[in-house]
Amino acid sequence: MICNLCGTQDASIHLTEIVNDQMIEIHLCEACAQEKGTDFKTHFNLTDLLAGLADAGKTSKSPEKRFAGKCPQCGITYEEFGKSGRLGCAQCYDAFAKMLLPLIKRVQRSTAHVGKRPSRVSAETGGGRPLQLLQERLAKSVQMEEFEEAARLRDEIRRAEEKSAKPAKGKS
Amino acid sequence: MNVIDAFVKKNVEWLRATGPDSDVVVSSRLRLARNLKDFPFLQKLVPSQQEQIVELMRGVLEKSTVLKKSHYLRYNDLTELDRQFLLERHLISREHASEKGHKAVAVTPDEQVSVMVLEEDHLRLQVFQSGLNLTESWRVVNQLDTEIEKNAEFSFSPTLGYLTACPTNVGTGLRASCMLHLPSLVLTKQVHKVLQALAKLNLAARGLYGEGTQATGNFFQFSNQMTLGQQEEEIIDNLASVIRQVVDQEREARGFLGEKRKAKFEDQIWRSLGTLKSARVISSSEATQLLSLLQLGILMGLVKSNLTHQDLNALFLLIQPAHLQKISAKTLNSTERDVRRADLIREKLTQVNL
Repeated sequence: MICNLCGTQDASIHLTEIVNDQMIEIHLCEACAQEKGTDFKTHFNLTDLLAGLADAGKTSKSPEKRFAGKCPQCGITYEEFGKSGRLGCAQCYDAFAKMLLPLIKRVQRSTAHVGKRPSRVSAETGGGRPLQLLQERLAKSVQMEEFEEAARLRDEIRRAEEKSAKPAKGKS
Repeated sequence: MNVIDAFVKKNVEWLRATGPDSDVVVSSRLRLARNLKDFPFLQKLVPSQQEQIVELMRGVLEKSTVLKKSHYLRYNDLTELDRQFLLERHLISREHASEKGHKAVAVTPDEQVSVMVLEEDHLRLQVFQSGLNLTESWRVVNQLDTEIEKNAEFSFSPTLGYLTACPTNVGTGLRASCMLHLPSLVLTKQVHKVLQALAKLNLAARGLYGEGTQATGNFFQFSNQMTLGQQEEEIIDNLASVIRQVVDQEREARGFLGEKRKAKFEDQIWRSLGTLKSARVISSSEATQLLSLLQLGILMGLVKSNLTHQDLNALFLLIQPAHLQKISAKTLNSTERDVRRADLIREKLTQVNL
């Protein structure tokens, strides 16, 4: 593939942008990419891309399907999020769930957190990470000779086992 | 500002060129994004709330053992030059340095741990290590997070994890990154292949100072892009295993240059040294580029002197604009800086003979 700018060199950098549902591809050689570097950086930063994604979802539907609501907590509109790429508060995740979840799915390829939890949340929901995951991690860290990490995991497993051994505190 | 002046005289701990694979991996960094449950995200905070959080965090962060003896710097007490200085040392981000409002940063005396208060998220916890050392960084930042969480409640959803101002950080809030010095892959024109492969693996490549900066002087920052759906350790392991492969490639390219392209390669190194030793005016980008080649010459045993890999790492920092002004103890305009930079480099390289 030949560079779109100089038309002589082989293109090694490929950029894709979605504008109003139209996919635009740009192919550049290293020299031109470097020259245009700052321009493209401002063009293709993450905020813009996110805003673009939020936008794409909006314009592809008929205008009446546009979401006009506000987050009841902080008052931000989805359009404002589309512009800034930043949410107003934690409740926005609920308020805009319908649009946000597909967006998160696209960016993150997942919508389920499996990592660390605050200890007070773990206590409420009865346990931290699943025991099986912890044991897999432990085996791996021993194999990698990461003994400090292994010791930490061993303690976490011990705590998890103690917790599950205790009868659950019911309210009855 | 006494604290900042104390930093000026010290070498940065994570630039001391130790740790695994430090011939290629300059440093490893982990950051966690966290928000306080009782406040809206940054853009919806009114100034009084910002002030409240800055004060609240002073008390909370003081209790952490990881942050023992750390300095809590409020931006209102800092000059713009101080902030630029902290930015060059990677203790704060570009965004944090430039935006208005009440902000603060906690920094440990060894500069390996910092917590930015009121960046894009309420808290950004950062841990730095020299070389490829993500596992140790995770141990430290995980402990720090657990300690802070004892005295502050974070926004957390059982399904989406830690909630962040930007959905690109939601979940773990974890960004793992390594700064790599890849002069040989650049010289052999292979680096674009590495960058392409990286993009396919959903890893991001950036310049020296993170988001929106260009790669200069053959330095690249590689980091994970996705923060959700994987455990923290998985994210770290994935990045580390890719980095190890890039390290191998860079070493292979160094071998190739040293054996198969010996004359041309040595010519480039010695010419770089010649320029550095004779320049009277030099920009920071030219200096970084030439110092990068000199670094390669030192690492490959071509340039022999008392000047070590670590000395050169320190020099990369000293030639930055705010550092130059801090060591000169006065404000310098861009032209004055280019002269001062050339002086400083010549002075540091007196012991290296052509």
